[in-house]
Amino acid sequence: MKIAVCVKQIPDPATPYQLDPTTHWVIRPPDQVMDDTDRYGVEVALQLKEASEGEVVLVSMGPAGNMQGIRQALAMGADKAVIIDDAELKGSGALSTAKVLAAAIKREGADLVIAGTESSDGYTGVVPQQISELLDVPALTFARKFEKTETGIRIERQTQSGYDVVECGLPALISVTAGVVEPRYPTFKGIMQAKQKPVDQLTVSDLGLDGDSVGGSGSGQDITEVSPVPSRQAGQVIEDDGEGHLRIVELLEQAKVV
Amino acid sequence: MTVKPGPIDALDFLEIGSQLSDEERLLRDTVRQFVEDKILPDVGDWYDQGYFPKELAKEMGAMGLLGMHLEGYGCAGTSATAYGLASIELEAGDTGARSFVSVQGSLAMYPIWEFGSEEQKQQWLPAMAAGEKIGCFGLTEPDSGSDAASMRTSAKRDGSDWILNGSKMWITNGGIADVAVVWARTDEGIRGFIVPTDTPGFSTNDIHKKVSLRASVTSELVFDNVRLPADAVLPNVVGMKGPLSCLNEARFGILFGAVGAARACYESALSYSKERRQFDQPIASFQLTQDKLVEMMISVNRSALIAMHLGRMKDAGTIRPAHISFGKKENVRAALAVARSARSVLGANGITLEYPVIRHMTNLESVYTYEGTNEVHTLILGQAITGINAFS
Repeated sequence: MKIAVCVKQIPDPATPYQLDPTTHWVIRPPDQVMDDTDRYGVEVALQLKEASEGEVVLVSMGPAGNMQGIRQALAMGADKAVIIDDAELKGSGALSTAKVLAAAIKREGADLVIAGTESSDGYTGVVPQQISELLDVPALTFARKFEKTETGIRIERQTQSGYDVVECGLPALISVTAGVVEPRYPTFKGIMQAKQKPVDQLTVSDLGLDGDSVGGSGSGQDITEVSPVPSRQAGQVIEDDGEGHLRIVELLEQAKVV
Repeated sequence: MTVKPGPIDALDFLEIGSQLSDEERLLRDTVRQFVEDKILPDVGDWYDQGYFPKELAKEMGAMGLLGMHLEGYGCAGTSATAYGLASIELEAGDTGARSFVSVQGSLAMYPIWEFGSEEQKQQWLPAMAAGEKIGCFGLTEPDSGSDAASMRTSAKRDGSDWILNGSKMWITNGGIADVAVVWARTDEGIRGFIVPTDTPGFSTNDIHKKVSLRASVTSELVFDNVRLPADAVLPNVVGMKGPLSCLNEARFGILFGAVGAARACYESALSYSKERRQFDQPIASFQLTQDKLVEMMISVNRSALIAMHLGRMKDAGTIRPAHISFGKKENVRAALAVARSARSVLGANGITLEYPVIRHMTNLESVYTYEGTNEVHTLILGQAITGINAFS
């Protein structure tokens, strides 16, 4: 089974990064890390591979930089990576991203596509579903548990009140929620071998896509404004004069939680 | 488009991270993540309870942390600098975690790897690299510390066997070890022995009532007519060169580790000082506090540069023991000063285990004197620059 995992390199959330003041796009430093939510997708892919032989291919779009994030996933145990880095992709929104990733996945001929539910820099949360539509394969979304069946894949889909059991044949796409598995740490041997693993660096034309259909022009959206999160208001402090518990009950009643 | 340099990162002021190779950075980040996930959430409690979670050994082994800079036998075979970077991250968690890894890799595995027979290596190293077997190192004795050559523990021939008698003191991992590398006086000089801890006559007593290195096991080893087969002795070394070469390996890890402890204290003080308000302003706005923060920041960066430089020298094969003494002496005393300064920035909060500072500060008191006291390293440096040995 060939498994494609969508991974994204993002600026390290621990260090300050900037947005371009005109376009509102993230200024991507050469040093990027793998999006933390993608660690779960990679782990799921590796577990499925270990259960039933196969190959794990990473598929990523964006400036390759020094490929720190891609190497992290290769060091965890993925077999190869395909990265689409092209100036024409600047300003890509969710749909452009999905078009490019879907084309790269098609080129690889994957039986199963795994993606995180959303990236932690853009947070659009729609790319996996768009990819499944473009590839015309079923999307099993928000998987909190997964298993390979004889002919396909079965998952438990997280819902607000519990979970649905959903299954389908292959090819298919699953999106996994954070916490679904405990991602392994890259091993030191894996880290040292990661540089030897094949990484295909492709352009938009390598995928047979028209430049106008992707990037900013192919996204069908513009970011019109970015504003900082309003700072949280200071909380209310209640000094306990022996009657504090009554005030707590009162507040809980006001919030209609009791 | 040229990217304008962004704002300075207060946590990597001199951008020392940019001097690392991609592999080194990934390895550092991996250990940092491990420490964040597996050590930092609970280490305050471990410290409070005087407990070391030995189940971490297997996780460390799976990652490749144990004996990481050794080649073959299941070891990862990284550079010495990479071992140093891992030591920084581990000790930013707790000195106990870094000590565990130092002892396993540099003091227990290294002598088997360097001085052992092929059979000894095959028997012990893969299991120790995987964290399935825990090792310790017996050199120091109750009456023999800096003057290690004055040891009383002895091994005498009995036919082809050896009979080991004596005791060792202040042995990290002693009480949880499966195997001890023990140095003993013989008719031929000081020799090293591989002693499985279930050998009859071998026993350990853990040292309690410590107020430093509490998340680490420290023990006494006792040998009461411990009978060892002929092949228990490390065949390829006789004399103090054996244990001293192990200490050089471990001290190398310490001179990096101290950077991690200092960094954790500085980061804690920096974040606390920006949040803690007195006289209607964050205490970071006071000149006296800024002075402390800047001195800490400079010290941490200076120590990191020393460590990185010595790491590159070790990888180039040009480092000598006196260089390691330079790093161990300077970086540990600098870390202790940073910890004390950070403690004062945190005020009363600085003495609780809710913050990492007092834990690092008390740990560093051990690091200051173990693996060669500050004074011993001074005399090694004194001899290196004057040519005069002040020990004799």
